[in-house]
Parts: sequence; C-alpha cells; structure tokens
Amino acid sequence: MSKWDENLLMLFAGVGATLVVATLIGTLLRLRFSPDGSNAMVENLNSRIAAWWGMVVLMSLAFLGGQTGVMILFAICSFAALREFMTLTRTRRADHWAVAATFFVVLPVHYALVWIDWYGLYTVFIPVYAFLLLPILAALRGDAENYLSRVAETQWALMTCVFCISHVPALLNLKIPGFIGGNVLLIAFLVFVVQFSDVMQYVWGKLLGRTKIAPTLSPSKTVEGLVGGVLTASLAGACLWWMTPFTFVEAGLLSLVITSMGFLGGLVMSAIKRDRGIKDWGHLIPGHGGFIDRLDSVIFSAPIFFHLVRYFWSMP
Amino acid sequence: MRERLARLTALAITLVARLITAVRGQWEGVEPLPVQRVYFANHTSNGDFVLLWTVLPDHMRRRTRPVAGADYWLKTGLKRFIIREVFDAVLIDRNPETRQDDPIALMTEALSNGASLIIFPEGTRNLTDAPLLPFKTGLFHLAEANPEVDLVPVWIENLNRVMPKGEIIPVPLICTVTFGEAMRLAPSEEKAAFLARAQEALANTAPKGDSA
Repeated sequence: MSKWDENLLMLFAGVGATLVVATLIGTLLRLRFSPDGSNAMVENLNSRIAAWWGMVVLMSLAFLGGQTGVMILFAICSFAALREFMTLTRTRRADHWAVAATFFVVLPVHYALVWIDWYGLYTVFIPVYAFLLLPILAALRGDAENYLSRVAETQWALMTCVFCISHVPALLNLKIPGFIGGNVLLIAFLVFVVQFSDVMQYVWGKLLGRTKIAPTLSPSKTVEGLVGGVLTASLAGACLWWMTPFTFVEAGLLSLVITSMGFLGGLVMSAIKRDRGIKDWGHLIPGHGGFIDRLDSVIFSAPIFFHLVRYFWSMP
Repeated sequence: MRERLARLTALAITLVARLITAVRGQWEGVEPLPVQRVYFANHTSNGDFVLLWTVLPDHMRRRTRPVAGADYWLKTGLKRFIIREVFDAVLIDRNPETRQDDPIALMTEALSNGASLIIFPEGTRNLTDAPLLPFKTGLFHLAEANPEVDLVPVWIENLNRVMPKGEIIPVPLICTVTFGEAMRLAPSEEKAAFLARAQEALANTAPKGDSA
C-alpha cells in the first residue's frame, strides 16, 4: 500500500468515525424528540445522515475504481444535475435537438476529453464550441419566442452541470512534483472541505443562526452559520495539509477560498430556485433534495481550486 | 419462457423510464393501496401509461391494465408483444364503424375480473397548448356501468417535453405523476356535468407553479 493510499484510508476512517458519531446523535435525538417520526427537523437530519453514508460509500467505490471509477462517478453526477437543470429551463420544442445534444454529445465528448487529458480542448469545448453551435441548432428550428433566454439557459446548464463539475475529476490530470500518483487526495481534499463547510454552516446556523444574509433568496443562510462553517471547515482543511502537496498555511488559505466560493455558489443556485418557485432541484437524495442541491458548492469551487493548484503547484 | 421474457421486458422498460425521467409518484389525493380503481390521466405522449405504470408499487402494477387503441398497438409483432404480454392491456377498437366489441363492455369485464384500469379520457394525444382536450364520453359510460369503482385523476407532468411528437430521441427531464382525489358518478348526475367535473378534477391535480 502506497503512502497516498494510507493517507486516503486515514481520511475515510476519520469521515467514517464522524458519521458514526453523527448517526448516534441522530438516533438519540430521534429517541428523545421524535419517537413517532413527527419532528420534521430530526427526521430530516437523520435522512441527511443516511444519505451521507451512501455518498461516502459511492466515493470510496469510485476511488477504488481509480481514474475510471472517478470519471464515471462524476459523469453520472453531471448527467443527473443536467437533467435537473434542464427540467427547470423554459426550453421549447424548437430546442429539442440542442437539448438532446447537451446530453448525448456535449456531455460524453467533454468527459472523454477530460479523460484523455486534452486540456487545450476541454477548457474551450463548452465555453466556445457548444456556446456557438447549440444556438445555431435552436435557430435552425425557426422559433424566436424567448430565444435569448432559452439558449442562455441551455448554456448555463452546461457550464454549471458539466463544465464546472468535470473540474473535480480533472484534478487527476495535474502533474505536481513530488505528488505523482497522489492526485485522488486532491479530490478527497476538495470534496471533503467543501462538503464539511456545508455541514458546519448548517450546524452553526441551527445552533446560533440569527442574522439572515439573504432572506429573499435563502432564509436558512445566516451570518453566524457562514462564519462558523467557513472558519471550522478552513481550519479542518488546514489540518489536512499532510495529505496534500500544500503547507499548513497554504491548505488553510485554499480551504478559505473554496469554502467561500462554495457558500456563494449555494447563494447563486438558491437565486435560480427562487426565480423558478421551487425549494429543491430534485428528489433523488433523501433529506438533501436533488443532485444540484448537494453539488452547488462543488460546482462553484472546483474550477477555482483546479486553476489555483494548476497555476501554483503543477508542472506545465 | 414467454412470461419470463415479458417480465424482463417490463423491468427493462421501467428502468429506462426511470433513467430518462427519474419519475416520482406523488400520492396527494389517494394512498398507494391495492384497491380497485380507474386511473384517468392526461395524454400527451405514447409513453404516458408507461410512466404511470412505473410509479405504481409492484403488487399494484401487476393488477393494473392500461386501455389502449388496438389500431395502433396491433400493427407490428413487437408492439403486439409489448401491449399484450408486458402490459396486459385492454385493447379497444377506437373506430365505431369497424368495431366488434363495445369498449365499455370490455373495460367493465376487466374490472369485474378484479383489475384496475388506466384510461385517457381525452381519447387521443393532446398536441395543443391547452392543458386538456374536451373529454370523450367514455369515462361517463364507464362510471355509469361501474358506479362502485373509484375514479382517480392522474396528472402526468413533463413527458411531452421529454419526447415531443415527431422527435425520435427522448431528452432526459424529470417527470412527476400526481394522483388526485378519488371521485365517483353522483346519483342522477348528467353526462355533461360529470365530464366537466372530472375534467376540472384532473386539471386541479396538475402541480402548480413549477413548470413554465
């Protein structure tokens, strides 16, 4: 077993132990406050914890599958997220070819490019080629009603659900001196810190939350939750420096950037939900909502993390 | 052998339906209980009854038979196999000129054998912008012949966007199937009044606000 594998195993052991504690707390709360399943908050907490177990198991399976496993997991996440996003767009019959192309051409081609590490093409494939070609497909069908919003929504769906999410598996391609073979730890670091921040924002918000940040967009986001969550997760990220190519301070600063981006991503995605009058993006993850509800913070932090690490740490 | 093949096909069809639409049943007016019912739904796509059938619990699915047009479904061997062996549909001839059997009698016979039914009271696919086409009289005659069976309105949302008429490739979009409150023909209720009430009940079952 390599040093990287040992580090990964330690992180998973830590996460597993945390989940065991969370499960115990959740069970105690249920026995105390919701024996008949009537306390909505306790029930939601328990289904969230159960879903976390599932997500951690899926991540470990993906890591066991190596690059192939990670690629497939995130491609599936992109597919599910894109399906949720497209459901909310105001696309019309005239967009049918363009929408079909996003699922069956753009998504697989983009992931294939990430897989073979063709950096020069996958960084422009959606922002340039899909951006120009999909509106042409929609225009050819000759329906001008809400045309600009329709093509803009389709492009937004692709950028968030495919382009941004794919920067998580793209981390496997970076070549960092002294860290060859350990890149899966970058993914573990990013996903852990960002998701831990989401959890801690929820916990601090429930414990101390008073001052709402954006009551019109997301009534559950509070200053206390934000500060507590971002600081706790950044400290936790700094403490994970030993499994990354970063120093303690660097790991802490990177964590601060990605947790802040994660928070702001949640805010942006809430604004879209509010605009469309829905509470959750979907229903596939019990207690959490849809894939985008769980991935919004990753969507906004992954590309920034990728480019910071690529610019400052990796070999050209 | 043939039955096993039909079971496998059914599994494959529901899996594909779930993969494309992540379909979810919302039991708002009734519970998913194995009582005999006539589900009447809006009709925008040939996949409508597949979606409704997919969200039924397994034990109910096996006792629920869609009512389908024989003219369309008996055309090829594959369609015949799917509609007869997989869905065990009640096939009716929609053309009054040529038909041998009375559709209401066929449906009533299926009900008396204990099955539940899925029917589309608009009679044909709605390709207009209106939410529903005017109901045909079939639902009234069926209710008249079977006054003791619950009629449950079912709204199928979004499937027309998954595969609009004339398109070959379905696009993955999330669909919902909403079950409304059961209704029955009231004593001495007129045909027009009953059909208007049923149509309103179905329209009210549609989820509000979350689709453009």
